[in-house]
Amino acid sequence: MDGILSLFIIIPFVGFIVSLLIPEKNEKLISGVAMFATGLQLASTLGFLAYWVMAKFPTLNIKEQSLYKSGHYEFFIDLYFDKVTATYLLVGAILTFLIATYSQYYLHREKGYRRFFNTILFFYLGYNITIFSGNFETLFIGWEILGISSFLLIAFYRDRYLPVRNAFKVFSIYRLGDIGMILAMWMSHHLWHHNITFAELNNYAVVDHTVSDHLYLGVFISLMIMLSAMVKSAQFPFTSWLPRAMEGPTPSSAIFYSSLSVHIGVFMLLRTFHFWEHMVGIRVLIGLLGLTTSIAATFSGRVQSSIKSQVAYSSAAQIGIIFIEVALGLETLALIHFASNAFLRSYQLLVSPSVVTYLIREKFFNYQPTVAKIEPAWLKKLKYSLYVFSVREWHLDSFMFRFLWNPFKKLGRLFGFFNTKMALGLLPIFILGVYLYHNQQYLPKPVLNMLPTIFAFIGFLMILRAFVERKYPTNSWWLTVFSHFWIALAVLYNELFDYSHTAIYLSGVVVSALVGYGSLRYLLKREPGTDLNGFYGHSFEYEKLSGVFLLSCLGLAGFPITTTFLGEDLLYSHIQLNQFFLALFVSMSFIFSGLALIRMYARLFLGPHIKTYHQVGHRSS
Amino acid sequence: MKNTPVFNQDDVLHKLRHYLPEQAPLKDFIHHNTLHSFQYLPFEEAIRKASKIFGFKTSLNFTEYRALFASQKIKSSILEQVIIQQKGAENLESWMQKLTQQHYDNGITKRIGQLRMHWKSQYHIDLDTIVHTNLFRLLNSYLDQGIAVVTFPVQNGGILSSIREIEQNSYFSFFKTSRAKKLLFDKSITIKHLLQLLVGNENYFEQYLFDQQFAHPGWSGMVAVVEEHPQFLLEHKNISLLDVIHLELLLEIDNLDQTLGTHWQPLCNTVTDAPIDVLDPGPLTEKDEVLNLWQAAYEWSYYDEILGGIKHLNHKKAATETPSFQAFFCIDDRECSIRRYVELIDYKCATYGTPGHFAIDTYYQPENGKFHTKICPAPVKPSHLIKEVSSIRKAERDVHFSKTTHGLLRSSIISQTLGFWSALKLSINIFKPSLSPATSYSFKHMDKLSSLTVENKSPNHKQDGLQIGYTIDEMAARVEAVLKSTGLVNNFAPVVYMVGHGASSVNNTHYAGYDCGACSGRPGSVNARAFSYMANHKEVRLILAARGINIPTETEFVGALHDTTRDEVMFYDEQTLSPSNTLLHEQNVGIFKQALDLNAKERSRRFMSIDSHKSAAKVHEAVKLRSVSLFEPRPELNHATNTLCIIGRRSFNGQLFLDRRAFLNSYNYTVDPDGKFLLGILNAAAPVCGGINLEYYFSRVDNEKLGAGSKLPHNVMGLIGVSNGFDGDLRPGLPSQMIEVHDPLRLMIIVEHYPDVVLNTIKTNPATYEWFEKAWVMLAVQNPDNKEIFVFRNGEFVVYEPLSTETKVLKDLNGLVEANSENLPVYQLQ
Repeated sequence: MDGILSLFIIIPFVGFIVSLLIPEKNEKLISGVAMFATGLQLASTLGFLAYWVMAKFPTLNIKEQSLYKSGHYEFFIDLYFDKVTATYLLVGAILTFLIATYSQYYLHREKGYRRFFNTILFFYLGYNITIFSGNFETLFIGWEILGISSFLLIAFYRDRYLPVRNAFKVFSIYRLGDIGMILAMWMSHHLWHHNITFAELNNYAVVDHTVSDHLYLGVFISLMIMLSAMVKSAQFPFTSWLPRAMEGPTPSSAIFYSSLSVHIGVFMLLRTFHFWEHMVGIRVLIGLLGLTTSIAATFSGRVQSSIKSQVAYSSAAQIGIIFIEVALGLETLALIHFASNAFLRSYQLLVSPSVVTYLIREKFFNYQPTVAKIEPAWLKKLKYSLYVFSVREWHLDSFMFRFLWNPFKKLGRLFGFFNTKMALGLLPIFILGVYLYHNQQYLPKPVLNMLPTIFAFIGFLMILRAFVERKYPTNSWWLTVFSHFWIALAVLYNELFDYSHTAIYLSGVVVSALVGYGSLRYLLKREPGTDLNGFYGHSFEYEKLSGVFLLSCLGLAGFPITTTFLGEDLLYSHIQLNQFFLALFVSMSFIFSGLALIRMYARLFLGPHIKTYHQVGHRSS
Repeated sequence: MKNTPVFNQDDVLHKLRHYLPEQAPLKDFIHHNTLHSFQYLPFEEAIRKASKIFGFKTSLNFTEYRALFASQKIKSSILEQVIIQQKGAENLESWMQKLTQQHYDNGITKRIGQLRMHWKSQYHIDLDTIVHTNLFRLLNSYLDQGIAVVTFPVQNGGILSSIREIEQNSYFSFFKTSRAKKLLFDKSITIKHLLQLLVGNENYFEQYLFDQQFAHPGWSGMVAVVEEHPQFLLEHKNISLLDVIHLELLLEIDNLDQTLGTHWQPLCNTVTDAPIDVLDPGPLTEKDEVLNLWQAAYEWSYYDEILGGIKHLNHKKAATETPSFQAFFCIDDRECSIRRYVELIDYKCATYGTPGHFAIDTYYQPENGKFHTKICPAPVKPSHLIKEVSSIRKAERDVHFSKTTHGLLRSSIISQTLGFWSALKLSINIFKPSLSPATSYSFKHMDKLSSLTVENKSPNHKQDGLQIGYTIDEMAARVEAVLKSTGLVNNFAPVVYMVGHGASSVNNTHYAGYDCGACSGRPGSVNARAFSYMANHKEVRLILAARGINIPTETEFVGALHDTTRDEVMFYDEQTLSPSNTLLHEQNVGIFKQALDLNAKERSRRFMSIDSHKSAAKVHEAVKLRSVSLFEPRPELNHATNTLCIIGRRSFNGQLFLDRRAFLNSYNYTVDPDGKFLLGILNAAAPVCGGINLEYYFSRVDNEKLGAGSKLPHNVMGLIGVSNGFDGDLRPGLPSQMIEVHDPLRLMIIVEHYPDVVLNTIKTNPATYEWFEKAWVMLAVQNPDNKEIFVFRNGEFVVYEPLSTETKVLKDLNGLVEANSENLPVYQLQ
């Protein structure tokens, strides 16, 4: 029975890979592969679940594959299966199969037919990895795939401006969730001194013993998990990304942003429930969060005059209630609520174009003109205030950008003078840094303790600078690459760390850096004048190049396609608990390197094509 | 000199309104010329101007034309003929070289937007991105027709004063800074003051406003339309373009203040470019001329084929015996093939084409309806009302559209349970689609078992100022108009069908565009039924007899509705038929049934998901399923490929296979020697068919700017329009799924009559004449005596000798249908 779990990862994986290889024109084969993969997954799910039910719902945990081992650090793939996985598996399998079937007709003749099914299968792969994950590391792989496939689905209409902008917006908020995950992983390394599995985490005796000894660590981990869950499930104050994600073809919005993707936060909470179960404060916090979201989203939802954003807010409001249910420990109720809400909102989105026929007919036969009521002034004022506040979505969208991203942009702009040459000018300091690492006896202790943080800060500033670059793409690129080296140098100073770990980390960086630089040079040579000040939409002419460049961006950003992904986790395991600032700068660099790279990709390759010899939409369309 | 103001607000607003898109809200979606604002210019000049000013792509580009040339869709003989005719034989070679070889830049530049882009270049502010989201949301909330649960709380005196009242009574604000809010409350402030703050120099005001409004033509156009036609919204809204511009200027100041503080300089203090006249397209270039030649060659490659076909057709001698039955259909291009099949199955019958409102110019109110709806051509202002009574229609509901699913607590119970039902419904709809309350179904327009108040009881019987029903005289006039204009004045068959048409679809926001255009985007069932009632009326027949139309007493008219998506026909009031006619009718129903199967099969050649090789009945079932499938973005192809409008006797075109590309209007020149009825026909055909054709043309050549783009990501805004995603502008025009098989060719109207009569006729009405004079619609005439073809060119008819001298004879229609999915050439039927 155990061996079968990996099948649920393998089916979408193979489906995804095969779908990449089919010629663009062959619609039937493309959708055929998608239908076969999702159909097979559904059939296997039904078969397996029947077997699992007859075996009386056992909880399964399988250590699949060790990717790297050194000392007590081990990075391994672990799969886990219980009631929660079962529900998510079943709902995911049904919805994805239905949507794949739906889309094979719906997307007929659409430009990007294959890309759509590629992305859906990629998403489905990430979804299954996430729900089957038996430890944080495995979960994180799935998590990253979900993030990037979401970006690609929202920006499906990549030759228009708004989908690209909104995809980037959503990606940037997702990035916050990623950091929650990474910090939770970092802390739990220190808490357990090994890579813990969810099976262990659900063992009350073990957890209780450890956590009560390190209460603050436990709280910190819980908070980080909560942050990731909030982001992914569009909870307050992150709710505003959800309606903005409705840019792709309706079926993709239906399945992902109103159902599967947005319930992953709930999954996170259910999966780690036993870890924070006994921290009352955390439970209260999650409950309050859910409550706030459900109220805020309901109010915002009620004033929405476009159908998709109305459904999006209603879905977020229900997820708020599911958060409350989880906090109360009502796991079964939460699972039923998840399944039902996911189906309901998917269907509501799929039939959303019919709302014109339906509601106009309803109005035609049932219209009652509103009679002006005379109300006391205070009530009127309350109503109007609430209306304005709700229409402005509780200021959540502007809040994100004013207080979260803009300060960093401003900071980055302060260093606007800094360029690749100057970064290279810092090379002697870098070499000195490496030299001092080997000759630590020359350094007084306080300086030695400061050095990692300083180096990490230099790396962080480079990233910020890369993030606000408007003119030279290559400048932005190299600054991002260099910052990885400075981060590596910073962590090098930690005891026990050896070069092999740095090598693992940097080997991925170097390969991605060179491939990405090559693609950049290729593009800039053919398209002189391309900068980062606007959107160029070069994927219209350089489709393959844009794919290569995206891959190198992902590689550089620590996405699970190069060793950098592994190295990143390794790096964190060497950051000590007392090195708060080091952890902070490394994490910030991690967030912003992802943002800087995807921003670069978006501006160079996505958006309205700069050349107007074909049909290009209005910027506002 | 200082006394004449540079900026004239009314003048600029007038110009803006003129150039903005003129599309009605979704429920009244009516096809019209997308570039109506340029219609006063000759077509070629107009599309050049529109392209240069607004950056529209108004024709195919070189790559596309050259590909058509390579695949011989553009014939080289025609291309040569076009060049010789326009540029002279001596220049043939050099122009040929230019068209086929020379490199031209396909890129399109525009004049609009050049001033306001300096916010980004000089101030580093992406003003549009910030302002649009808020502006669109306010407009959508204000105009919303029923999506939001909580509606815009103040609705009186326009959007600006409503916002003012809300702001005065609210703890929160739509604005972020204080200055903008202060400016809002100051009623003495005009847009000129605001422009002074934003732009500074009065010379730039007009250009600035053009830039601003054409950055979101969708919403601005909708505002202008609603301002002019408040009745387009069931729930009337008071809104004006002036208010909206005022609001947008305030929002701009607001966001500039927020980003730059209050001490920024007006735009024109930093801009050094001289103001430009955005509406000046610049001189004609060689590239424009080359594109025009290509387009002409493309169009004439098809026109020539059809004109050749008509010229060399061996006219079947009109049968003198009484037909087995007669049937009127709408002139709609989708009825072209069903008529062919009905005639093929029963060669003794006769079919006619006339605009599908059948001269019934009225409003219609279904039973329990709170409103009445226009069911005649859009420009007509009816003074009559027909009401549906004693229907047994039941309101069907679907909780998925209910607002209770968007509350908090009740919804929480619903979303814990209803979801499982949703999953089941979705599965059923994917694997076994069927009719649902979400479907827009043509047969529901009027209940078959209801009655209609066609006849007026007394002149005082009125509702909302409209006379209920028609008097005897009024009825006679309408029946006479249809019969005389189509030439059916004698030889009446025992049963005459009046077949209106409508369409059915689900998940289709543009459903109104699929119904009968002559009925203002509604199904034609009421019209067909009302007309039959009138034509069956004894007193009406007495009047008609006095006017030379003797309808035998045994002849009965029967109303019917053809659903063009599902290929079904419903007949009305059959129970009133005489016993002998009932028998005949039963036979005819069988004929219709066969014809519908075959028609569905012919249509299916365009549908990838249907195997056209199956039997007609099987294919028909599959076609019906399409109309109720949620996942089917193309329930039918509507007017795609329309290119022709033929006005003449059936013998003049009935022998040609026109591939559903022609509007067919029956007309007998012998009944109308001086063109009186022809004028009526052309007055309707030019704007209606021309409007449809041009909307398809422009949506096809620039689906992104002049069309609505792919419908797959569309989001319904306030039930009035569609946009992409959450914060996009409204998208007027047709979605790509409607136009992708369309060839962008202008409509050619072909009339069977004498050229001098036609020339005199079209000159009678300047509005109609403009369509031909400015070449928005092409016109050709066949002299019935000698079969000579004339085409209308530069104000006169000139002889045209088609290069196509032979039309292939179609031996196997079924085989042709099964083997081809592309546009087909003209064939002669056996």
